Amino acid sequence: MSLLRRRRSTEFIPAADRYPVEPLAGALLEVTDIRTHFETSRGLVRAVDGVSFSLERGKTLGIVGESGSGKSVLSRSVMGLLPKNGVVRSGSIRFEGRDTSQLAPDDQRKLWGTQMSMVFQDPMTSLNPVMKIGNQITEPLLYHLDISKSFARETAVSLLSSVGIPEPERRMKQYPHEMSGGMRQRVMIAIAIACGPKLLFADEPTTALDVTVQAQILDLLQAQQRERFMAMILVTHDLGVVAGRTDEIAVMYAGKIVEKAPTRTLFSQMRMPYTEALMHSIPKLSNPSHTRLNVIPGRPPDLVSPPKGCNFSPRCPYVQDKCRKEEPPLVRAEAAGHEYACWFPAGTPQGRAALERNVVAGAMSGVTAETVRVGTTPIGGGIKSGTTTTAPSTEGST
Amino acid sequence: MSEQRRNPANPVALPGKDEGTASERLVADSVLGGMPADSATIQEAAITAMTASGRARKRAKLGVAAWLAIFWMGLLVFCAVFASLLPLADPISSTDAAAIGKGSSADHIMGVDSIGRDLLSRVVFGIRASLEIGVGSVAIGFVVGGFLGLVGGYFKGRLGSLIAGLLDTLLAFPALILALAIVAFLGQSTLNITIALAIVATPILARISRASALSWSEREFVLAARAQGAKHFRIIWREIFPNVLPAMLSIAVLGIAVAIVAEGGLSVLGVGVKLPTPSWGNIIQGGLPDIRTAPNIVLFPSMVIFLTVLSLNYLGDVVRARFDVRESGL
Repeated sequence: MSLLRRRRSTEFIPAADRYPVEPLAGALLEVTDIRTHFETSRGLVRAVDGVSFSLERGKTLGIVGESGSGKSVLSRSVMGLLPKNGVVRSGSIRFEGRDTSQLAPDDQRKLWGTQMSMVFQDPMTSLNPVMKIGNQITEPLLYHLDISKSFARETAVSLLSSVGIPEPERRMKQYPHEMSGGMRQRVMIAIAIACGPKLLFADEPTTALDVTVQAQILDLLQAQQRERFMAMILVTHDLGVVAGRTDEIAVMYAGKIVEKAPTRTLFSQMRMPYTEALMHSIPKLSNPSHTRLNVIPGRPPDLVSPPKGCNFSPRCPYVQDKCRKEEPPLVRAEAAGHEYACWFPAGTPQGRAALERNVVAGAMSGVTAETVRVGTTPIGGGIKSGTTTTAPSTEGST
Repeated sequence: MSEQRRNPANPVALPGKDEGTASERLVADSVLGGMPADSATIQEAAITAMTASGRARKRAKLGVAAWLAIFWMGLLVFCAVFASLLPLADPISSTDAAAIGKGSSADHIMGVDSIGRDLLSRVVFGIRASLEIGVGSVAIGFVVGGFLGLVGGYFKGRLGSLIAGLLDTLLAFPALILALAIVAFLGQSTLNITIALAIVATPILARISRASALSWSEREFVLAARAQGAKHFRIIWREIFPNVLPAMLSIAVLGIAVAIVAEGGLSVLGVGVKLPTPSWGNIIQGGLPDIRTAPNIVLFPSMVIFLTVLSLNYLGDVVRARFDVRESGL
């Protein structure tokens, strides 16, 4: 409470000076076993089903998964932005040591903007079409900080130039429709960081943008994050987006974290077949043109009635009987901070043996060929002939 | 002009290339380094051109018809305000029995009514009652209905359904009969007629604002405002209301026309503005028995109503087009 009531000075303090460079003790955000279920006419949708993670100050966590894996719901649950009706939630969210999931709506609102903030997916719809850019930026400034109107305007202009918008003075008087998508996303970022939040959620910030603009926006986010010593949660469906820009990555599938590791570890020693499948589905520039894209067969499971056992089992090339019966727990791997949930992890002898069994069975029955192909595409014709006995499934991950 | 201000050959003077913080440079690089450097200029020129043409089109939108409508409404307002200063016969006490049934003449441009009062004078003084009722009832309906609609559209829970139910109940009454009953109950006066018509107008305007607020409150920028810590009523006022306003304004302008006609309807049914105070409605009502012998008594106020309604309908469109910033630039 005292932190929230802290009086803000009317002088503009550069963000770098406002926060100590040395990280404060304790994690900024600690999420333990949160569940967010939606009540629908079809039944309970388990959008987020027991997710835990923690985030240090100034660090970046990437949350990766397909559409419908619950990543957006997760970020909104953590921030507390979901509607109260029809949502069943449990678990604890500790922000700077305080449990925010139990806060009254009024207290929760005080966190938004000044402590945590969010950049949304589609800049075309996340700016108010009938409000001038300037007013949209000064709005949270005037609301949260005890500053004068003219000072808020000055701050807004400097925010606009800091997010790389040329001629910020003139842009202040324009409406969103007079700007391109990339420009609008820059404005959204300016609004989100206006009040100096400690935690920034970026919910697929580049999905609605042109590929050429994506890198610019991501670089901008990263630069602002470093300068302001913000922690960031970067939600995306694209492993490529998080690859060079995060400290840690959590892979989500069907509302659960299925693999979590420091970025470098994840890419070098991925264990969960789903992570591997995601990796393989990224087209490689070195491939000849007209190479078939690798897709993950099937669809994400129905979150009303998820499959028994492992959620990924119906689509997994490594699947064994055990996977269809028992749900694998999140276990620690050898590398520090690396956790995964799989009975037959990729890149281990058990995994290799499981894949081998499936390939052989597939070659004999011809039924699971489609399923098996995913994990093994890099092998080069191995499945078609059905004669492969060694499946170097880690090839793509080195 | 602003295309010239920026020399396209040297588009951005690379600010912060040698000075500035590391991140500034990073930003500058990401803006200018990755892309051809003049893309910003091209974009900017396009924007300038777009807004310029947008502004030009906005101005061009006010055609002759719009100016005629504005002129007519201006004339009405002027006459209503300065009616007593105009060289007109007294609308209530002065009578000219000789002119009855003679139609238009030099003394009485519109003729006189059935008891010899100058019709032009009565029509001009009647503007007051008609506009008061038209504008007043819609203004009340706009504020009350707009508020109910915004709140009902934004809060979708119990409060929303309560308001929706209330509005549906009000809408279920036949409008004119409801107004008739209210006036009969409250008593026949300009204020009471205004209140009665406001009660009729409220659910209609509330429906418009509720429908509009329902869709706007689902937009991402509302969630974004919430994520910035804005309170509910601040969101309604700053984020949703400006978006709902153009639709409401155009309906409200049309509503004034409807209310003026409705006052005429009430008058014909005998519960309009009380005589001898003139209103367009009760002038027409007074002329109905003599419509065969003296059609001018019904004709002239009807024409005035016709022109007013036509102007307001046209202005409703103009208002929406002018106040909707989204339309101007696209």
